[in-house]
Amino acid sequence: MNAVARTERDDILVVRGLDKVYPGGFQALKPIDLEIRRGEIFALLGPNGAGKTTLISIICGIVNLGAGSITVDGHDVVRDWRSTRSLIGLVPQELKTDAFETVWNTVRFSRGLFGKAPNDAYIEQLLRELSLWDKRDNKMLMLSGGMKRRVMIAKALSHEPQLLFLDEPTAGVDVELRRDMWAMVRRLRENGVTILLTTHYIEEAEEMADRVGVISKGELILVEEKAALMHKLGRKQLRLQLHEPLDAVPGALASHHLELAAGGNELVYNYDTQGERTGITALLADLAAAGIRFRDLSTRQDTLEQIFLQLVKEGA
Amino acid sequence: MNWYGIRAIYRFEMARTGRTLMQSVASPVVSTSLYFVVFGSAIGSRITSVEGVSYAAFIIPGLVMLSLLMQSVSNASFGIYFPKFVGTIYEVHSAPLSFLEIVLGYVGAAATKAVIVGLIILATARFFVDYSIAHPLVMVAFLLLTTITFSLLGFIIGIWADNFEKLQVVPLMVITPLTFLGGSFYSIHMLPPFWQKVTLLNPVVYLISGFRWSFYSLADVSVGISLAATFGFLALCLVAVWWIFRTGYKLKV
Repeated sequence: MNAVARTERDDILVVRGLDKVYPGGFQALKPIDLEIRRGEIFALLGPNGAGKTTLISIICGIVNLGAGSITVDGHDVVRDWRSTRSLIGLVPQELKTDAFETVWNTVRFSRGLFGKAPNDAYIEQLLRELSLWDKRDNKMLMLSGGMKRRVMIAKALSHEPQLLFLDEPTAGVDVELRRDMWAMVRRLRENGVTILLTTHYIEEAEEMADRVGVISKGELILVEEKAALMHKLGRKQLRLQLHEPLDAVPGALASHHLELAAGGNELVYNYDTQGERTGITALLADLAAAGIRFRDLSTRQDTLEQIFLQLVKEGA
Repeated sequence: MNWYGIRAIYRFEMARTGRTLMQSVASPVVSTSLYFVVFGSAIGSRITSVEGVSYAAFIIPGLVMLSLLMQSVSNASFGIYFPKFVGTIYEVHSAPLSFLEIVLGYVGAAATKAVIVGLIILATARFFVDYSIAHPLVMVAFLLLTTITFSLLGFIIGIWADNFEKLQVVPLMVITPLTFLGGSFYSIHMLPPFWQKVTLLNPVVYLISGFRWSFYSLADVSVGISLAATFGFLALCLVAVWWIFRTGYKLKV
């Protein structure tokens, strides 16, 4: 009983057996179970068309629920939709704005829409934090793409949500703005907002997320702590640049399963970071005994990108 | 009730009117003035009176109705169509707003604008003709009922339309003909007996007849029937809007 109570308090979002078949028969989501912990940054990773936006849209009430149940902070999204929607802020993938409205009015409008009393001091603070204060009287059509995206974020935060969905927040955004965006997401988390972001940039998940979920063809293939995921699936490679090239791997080193690369100039050793022993000490000792000298060495670990591609390929 | 949400939509829509003042207010006033010049002065001078009322005065209720219907439908249909078109509707759907609240915001604003235009036209008419309003309360009742009903109809059209052509086709091909054939410029007693019967199928006849009765105490059909027909049409629109939100027709998949 205690365990259940604790789980409900810790998870701000609980998705159970959610699936969605669009009219016309396209199955956008296969039954999905997912919990988002309060205060975390969760990255939902998947290629285009994997079902990321559908999942978010159902939670927000934009797309009808197929089967299953969703609770936000303990409230059911169908029965208690007013409470759940008040708790959620959504930044959609596409920049959809009212061209002729000013920044100030459009953010104020969003707060009203979500049923909150006007609070100009809060809106001012929000605009200042997002470097939008100078632009407050500009019409939306005057703003650059990056600025518009900030306004979308300001709109989503205007009603002080506890759970923020960022759907592809940095798609088509330049490197500098992407860094800004990441810094901003971290600040939001420090202020107690839980963040679920979807992305197909692995770099983003790697940089930001506490946990990563991988979705492909409507199926949630995996949910894992980011560090654990990289640890678990991350194979490491040791490459040795030799002084003198070899024609073949010497028989004395056969037990290490080495490969020759770069025309015999490099020896490649694959090992598992997860294993009790990496075998590196033994390998180096054997190399010395065989009289093979090397000039330099480097190690390389799989990035999340490689892990991800591998997962999606296996899922296919 | 999410009153702040209703207010936000209402104010947003009213601000849009402010930005398009020429189109929303000036153009109906200009076109109505033209009707007065053409029908009231040029042609009207040859028609002495219709059932004891001068022709220019006779057409006032019809002209106000004409603008009221067109304004209600176009304001409300555009109001909900545009966020669908540019995609900002996502925010309304994701907000804690019930269908009733969404309708109150959009339809309320559309009806307010239409009533304002109707009153401006009534004031404009004063420059051309002298008229009196015999039953002011009934007049206000018809004014409000009609604008609310046709704003609801406009809202339905705005949701149904998935391109600009569809948005225009109902006002142009249905509402305008019904209004012109609904006795704006004539009493249906002027029609041949057969067409008098046919014309009773036109819902606008009841609106114009009832509205005209509130001015001059003269009507093509009795005012009770007019009121009943207007309420009937309002109920029909309410059911349609309720069904749209219940099923998510053209709004949610």
